[in-house]
Amino acid sequence: MKQIIKKALVDTVPVMTGYLCLGFGFGILLQSAGYGIFEAFVMSVTMYAGSMQYIAVGLLASGASLLTVALTTLLVQARHLFYGISMLDKYKNVGKRKLYLIFALTDETYSLMCNDHSDIPLDKRKDYYLAVSMLNHSYWITGCVLGATVGTLVNFNSEGIDFVLTALFVTIFLEQWHNTKKHVPAIIGIVASVVCLIIFGSENFLIPTMAVIATALCIYKEERADD
Amino acid sequence: MTDTHFWLSIAVMAVGTALLRFLPFIIFNGNRKTPPLVEKLGRTLPYAVMAMLVVYCLKDVNFAGVSGFLPQFIACVITGVLYIWKRNTLLSILVGTLSYMALVQLVF
Repeated sequence: MKQIIKKALVDTVPVMTGYLCLGFGFGILLQSAGYGIFEAFVMSVTMYAGSMQYIAVGLLASGASLLTVALTTLLVQARHLFYGISMLDKYKNVGKRKLYLIFALTDETYSLMCNDHSDIPLDKRKDYYLAVSMLNHSYWITGCVLGATVGTLVNFNSEGIDFVLTALFVTIFLEQWHNTKKHVPAIIGIVASVVCLIIFGSENFLIPTMAVIATALCIYKEERADD
Repeated sequence: MTDTHFWLSIAVMAVGTALLRFLPFIIFNGNRKTPPLVEKLGRTLPYAVMAMLVVYCLKDVNFAGVSGFLPQFIACVITGVLYIWKRNTLLSILVGTLSYMALVQLVF
C-alpha cells in the first residue's frame, strides 16, 4: 500500500504543479469577481473541472441564465464522454471506488490513467487509481483555495507555468506512440484537431473535432494486433 | 447577481459535468455486453484524444508574429526530444516548462 501511494505521488507530480498553478489562477480570478474562499472551495470540490471553472467565472459575472450555463457546460465538458468510454474496461472491477473514480476523471487524471500500468500488480491497481484520483483532486482544491486566500499578495512571475500541462500531454502522447505499432488513431487525432482548429477557430473547434474523431475511429479497421 | 442564482449555477455546472463523466458507465454497465464498436472506441480513443489535448493546449498560437508561436514550438520540441532521448516524464516536463517560462518572460 505504501509503495502504491509512493508511486502515485511520483506520477502525479506534473499534475500537482499544473493544478496548484491553474487552481491558484482560478482562485485569484474568482476573488477578483467578488467571491471568496468558501465559493472557491465548493466549486473545486463539486465541479472539479479546470477549464469549466474558468469559464464559470465569466458566466457568473455576466449573470448568464441557467439554460446558458447548462448548455455551455454540456458543450465544454462533452470530451468527458470520450474519457468514460475509454475507461469502461479499466474501471470495471474496482468496487466501491468506482463512483469516485468516475466523478474525478478530469483531463489530467485521464491522461495518467492512459499510461501503461502493467508494472503494478493487478490487485493493487484499483488502489493506485484511487490514490492518483484523490491526490489530483486534493492538489486542485489546494490550488483554488490558496489562490482565493493569498492570491493577490503573491508577487511571483509565473507567466508561462501553464505550459506544464501541455508538456504533460506531449510526453504522454509520445509514450503512447512508442508503446503501440498502430499509429492510425493518433494520426486521426492530430489531423482532425488541426484541421478543425483552422476551420472553426480556437473557441469552437472541440465539438467538431470530437465528431470527426468518433466517426473516423468507427470506420477505422484495426490492424491485427501483433504487439 | 443573487446568491441563489450563484449557487444554482454552480449546481447546474457540477451536475452537468458529473453527468457527462458518468454517462458512458450508465449506458454500458456491467450487466450488458459492451458493443464491439464501443470497445474499439475505448481502445483507440486515448491515442486520438491525447493528440486533441495537445492541440487544445496550443490552440491560442498565432502566426502574426514570432512571439505568437515560437516559444510554444521550441518548448514542445525540447520536451519531446528530451523525452525520446531520456524517457523521463518528469525531467521532460520540468525542462520544457522552465524553457517555456524563460522564453516568454525573457526572450519574446
